[in-house]
Formats: sequence, C-alpha cells, structure tokens
Amino acid sequence: MTDQTRIPLHRDPKIRALVVQILALVLVLYGGYSIFETTVENLNARGIQTSTAFFNEVAGFKVGFSPILDFTLGETTYLEVFFIGIQNTILVAVLGIIAATLLGFFIGVMRLSPNWLASRVALSYIEMFRNTPLLLQIMFWNFAIFLPSLPAPKDSIEMGVFFLNARGFHFPTPVVDSGLGLFIWLLLLVALVVGMVIFARRARARFEQTGQRLPVFWINTAAILVGGYVLYLISGSPLGFDEPILGRFNFKGGGQLPLPLFSLWFALTIYTSAFIAENVRAGIQSVSHGQTEAAHALGLSRKDTISLVVIPQALRVIIPPTISQYLNLTKNSSLAVAVGYEELVAVWAGITLNNTGQALIIIAMTIAVYECLSLLTSAVLNWYNRRVQLSER
Amino acid sequence: MKSTFKVAASVAAAAFAVSQVASAATLDDVKARGELKCGISGGVPGFSAPNDAGRMVGIDAAVCDAVAAAVLGDASKVTYIPLTAKERFTALSSGEVDVLSRNTTHTLTREASLGLNFTYYNYIDGQGFMVKKDSGIKSALELDGASICVQAGTTTELNMADYFRNNKMDFTPVGYETSTQTREGFEGGACDVLTSDKSQLAALRTEMKDPNGAVLLPETISKEPLGPVVRQGDDQWMDIVAFTLYALINAEEAGITSKNIDSMKANPPNPDVARIVGTEGNMGEMLGLSADWAYNAIKQVGNYGEIYARTVEPIGIPRAGSVNDLWTRGGILYAPPIR
Repeated sequence: MTDQTRIPLHRDPKIRALVVQILALVLVLYGGYSIFETTVENLNARGIQTSTAFFNEVAGFKVGFSPILDFTLGETTYLEVFFIGIQNTILVAVLGIIAATLLGFFIGVMRLSPNWLASRVALSYIEMFRNTPLLLQIMFWNFAIFLPSLPAPKDSIEMGVFFLNARGFHFPTPVVDSGLGLFIWLLLLVALVVGMVIFARRARARFEQTGQRLPVFWINTAAILVGGYVLYLISGSPLGFDEPILGRFNFKGGGQLPLPLFSLWFALTIYTSAFIAENVRAGIQSVSHGQTEAAHALGLSRKDTISLVVIPQALRVIIPPTISQYLNLTKNSSLAVAVGYEELVAVWAGITLNNTGQALIIIAMTIAVYECLSLLTSAVLNWYNRRVQLSER
Repeated sequence: MKSTFKVAASVAAAAFAVSQVASAATLDDVKARGELKCGISGGVPGFSAPNDAGRMVGIDAAVCDAVAAAVLGDASKVTYIPLTAKERFTALSSGEVDVLSRNTTHTLTREASLGLNFTYYNYIDGQGFMVKKDSGIKSALELDGASICVQAGTTTELNMADYFRNNKMDFTPVGYETSTQTREGFEGGACDVLTSDKSQLAALRTEMKDPNGAVLLPETISKEPLGPVVRQGDDQWMDIVAFTLYALINAEEAGITSKNIDSMKANPPNPDVARIVGTEGNMGEMLGLSADWAYNAIKQVGNYGEIYARTVEPIGIPRAGSVNDLWTRGGILYAPPIR
C-alpha cells in the first residue's frame, strides 16, 4: 500500500521545482561569468588593460569643488576622486530632496486652494516643469538665466557679508577662536534644549488636562534664537568668521556655493517638485471629505483639521510615489556635466575614465554607487512609510 | 548621462564582438560596407563642423574623406559620427568607428594602455589661454586665482593643472562636456579664462558674440600633436590611414594639387610624382588598395596645403612659417617618401 502511493523522485513536484530552480540559478551565474570572461578577454585582445592599479595613481587634474573631503592637486589619487564624486552627488541629492519636498508640498496644497488664481498658478507651474526635458531645464537656468543675469565678481550683489555673482554665492564661515569657549557654549546650548523639551512636555500635559494651549513652537523658537545668542555672549564669543574678500579674480575665503551646484540644485528642485506636488494633491484628495466634515463637527479648527486629520492620512498615499521621485532626483543629478558641477559621473565616469581608459571598472563602480544610493534612500523611506501607515480597521 | 550610456554600450559591444577581434581586417569591413565610419568632434570650426549646406567640413573631416577616397574611390562615402572627448576612445576600440579623426593628442598613456595606434599628425597644436580684453591680462602668469573653463576629460585639463602647479598658482576649473559649452560659460562669465588648444580657441572665438572682446595670451603651455587614430592590431589599416595622410603632405611637397593632378598623371615630371599618382611602382597594391589610391585622395580632397587653406585659414590661423608648414618651408611637417 505505502509502496504504491510513494511518488517516484522525478515526479515529485517539490523536487522537480527545486531542481529547476537550481538549474536556472546555475545558468544565470554561468551567463554572468561568461559575459565577464568574454569582456576581459576581448579587451585584452584589443590591447586594453583592465586593472585597478590606477586607484592609487595621483590624479593629474583638479577638482574645484569639494566641501568636506580635501583635494590637493598632485596628491589626491583617483580613488579619492571617486569618493569626492560620491560626496558631491550626495550633497546635491540631499539639498535637492529637501528643497523639492518643501516646494512640492507648497505647490501641491496651492493646487487645491479654493482661490482660483492660486490653483491655476500651481497648475501652470506643474504642467510647465514636468512636461519639458530636465537637461533642457538645467541648461536653460544656467546658461540663459543665471549666467547672463548675475554680475561679474567685481560688481557682485552685496548683502552685508554675503555676495552673489556669476561664480556663485559667497558667505562667511565660522572659525573657532577659542576651543574652551566653544565647548562651554555647546554645553549651555544642550542645557537650553533639554529645558525646551521639558517645557514642551509640561505644556502638552497641561493641554491634555485643561484643553488650554500654549504657543510652544514660537516660545521655543524665540528661546533658541535669543537664548542661544545670549549664551554665545556669556561664553565669550568663541567663534570668529572667515569673511569672503574680493581678490583679483573672485572672492577668497569664506564658503562658496558655486553657480553650477546652484543651477543644478535649482533645476532639480523645480523639476522634481512638480511631480511631488501632484503626489501631494493625489494624497490629499484621497482623504474622504467625510473626514474633514467629521473634524469640523468635532470643533477642530481648519488648521488642526489639516494637520491632525487630513495630512496624516494623505501621507499614506503621498510617500510611496514620492520615494521614486527622490530616487529619480538622485539619478538625474548625473546630468550635472552640462553645467560643470563636479559630481560622480562628471569626475569619475567622465574625467577619470578618459584619463585612465578603465571603462569597465569605472562604469561598474558608478553603477554600483547609484544602486547603493537608491537602495539606501528607499530603505530609509520605506521604514518611515511603515511608521506613518495607519493600521486599518 | 547620454554619453555615459554610450560608453557603457560600447563596453558591452566590445564584450560581445568576439568575431570582430578574430577578423581584425578593417579594410575588408570598410570595403564590404562600402562606407567609412569616421569619428569626429562635429563642433569645432576648422576641424570638423557642419557648413551652411550641412556638409561636415574641416581638416579632421578631410582626413576621413581622403581615406574614403583612397580605399573606396569616393570621398563622399563617409559616415561622420560625432563623439565627445569622453566617448571617443571607447567608440574606436569597440569598432563603432574605423578611424578617429577628432583633434586627439598623441600621448604615451593613450598609445600604450588604450589599445590605440596614432598614425601621423594632421595638425600640430599647443595649449593656450584666452581672456576677455577688458581684463587687461597680458600673461598666463597673471592668472593666479582665476576660474578657468575647460573641456572635461581632455589633455588640456591635465596640462593646465601641471602648469599652475609648476608656477605655484591656484585656479578653479569649470569643466564642461563640449567645447561649445566652455565657450558659453566663458561668454556668460562663469569663468575668467578659456583654455584649449590654440586652434580651438581661435575657432571658438569666431563663434563668439563679440570676437574682438577676447584675446589669446602669448604662452603656449603644451605640445599637442593631433592626428588620426586607429585600433591596435590591424597593421594594414594603420598603414593605409598613415600613408593616405603622408600622400597628402607629399603631394603638396611635390607640387601636386587637385587642379593639376590630371595633367601630372598624364605626364609625370619626375618619378616621385609618378609613384604618388600611381603610374609607376605598385604602391597601392602593397597597401591592399588600387593603384590610383593617392590619386583619388588628392584629386577629390586636395593636398595638405589646399585642405589647410580651405579649413583652418578661415578661422584665423595663418600657416606660412608655422609648425604646420612643410619642413622645406620652416615647418615640421615631414612625411616619409612614397616609394
């Protein structure tokens, strides 16, 4: 009896499935391996050497903008240029994501405004910027708007210690005059922040007991601005400022936001915010009107209705497509070479590739970086998304 | 982005093109195709840029025309493929083009590590700097602290870095992808200085809104021998490209022009001319070409001097007595004899 019901191995669906999967895996791995082998062999046959030996060679060109990592002409190696490229890509991506989110939210809400003019303005904004190619927009802002309209360094637009010209935006940077003073100031600041947190908790407890509200946000903002400045004076003004000074050609000293970065950032922000605005609109419209009416019936103000009822529910719809927009923005930053911003594709997949000829390694590494950045961004945002998802009943 | 994709695609093409490696005879491929694929810049007046009629003209384009005339008998059978500085070498080594004639500087690194062979030079250049006239700058040594517009990924960028390091000066590079963008950046004030090979600077100046508002500084900071490049491992093809160029230079030396070549062929004044026009010896046969290979090239494209006069002279670079003149007239163009 048992012998007859036993299925022969080659008919067992579990085993068959397993065998098929192993075979498929082996085929894919072999395919990948043979592509790699053929590539290397062919490149060798053409006299093109593929090796990572160039990593430690000194880069013969200069990278002009590297805010955190240090670039020294004649010392920095190609591998360090790679990291500088990643740094600059991340910089413009982070700046762009923050700005595009704020602007996109604003435009999205404006699009739903009952004011006819406001909603039409938002609509034209969205339709104009999402329907033209990004590369065109980047070049338009840089070559047609910013470069012709901004003055030469000698005639810079002056705003106190800030200067704006065709090379970029120049600002003073803090330098530590007294290390001890800075330490004391930071210590006092921490104490101030702890005090603010305690105050916020008390205020919340009071609100829950009595229903009376305190303007916590404004009080805390005032406290950090006024208190921070007073404490700064108490600790003996530990910071000095390195101010930009006009040299023969341009400003020296202080910090600089170069025009290429600014143009790229601006274009990426405008372009991406148009898409985010549509996500925001979709999210808000997905919240049933009954929710708003119920909130009004409970006596919530219009502001509270939006911030406590509509937005939390809208976020469920807004976040997933917005993640894609963040990823797009990061990848689109590779168009920077058109305006001369020194991000990964420009300095690594461009200049370094051309100087070393190591196309295979360099392109593979560039792909890997974008892959990692994208996976990282989506991991963080998916985690946030899970947090804001409401549990449905 | 687009160009990176092209590079990636070329790498992929190189990976799969097994058969192409086995039969490395570019000559056979070109003959079978009936057309020469020529990598050019496409945006540098005097070297390769479309004219009013949409035809690609310039001294780089002319080299390809001459090779097509020598190999296929018809100078018009050329497909020009515009390449950026970044794309050019991968495009050549992957077989996307047969000849790279794109103001490309001959260097050891490129020769030895990229699988390329440089043939000879069709233009000998040197890097210079251009500034706005109203800046009052007279020498490159006054450029400490300047922002400089440059085409990214070129030897220009490397020479500039060396020059400033040698002279203990600081600078900020503003790297663009194409030479047109470097000009736009310079005109718009994104930089104080525009740097490139001097011939390119002259060419770019012709495209400026105010050509007289820009001046070339006297310094020449590098040697830039520019010439056509072919793939390594195909010696026959290398010989063909090199000797087509030599033929154009020798023709000028021997006084053969596109106008008088027919009478010269009918009645060669000396054996040198007879060998070039193909009435004596079997020069073409040795290269794997027909006997009238050089005749076709010179007849249809002109000798080196004629080409220079109609392409580079108009952008404002006179030839007489410059390095690009014949060795017999004080220049350094010196082609091996065709015999």
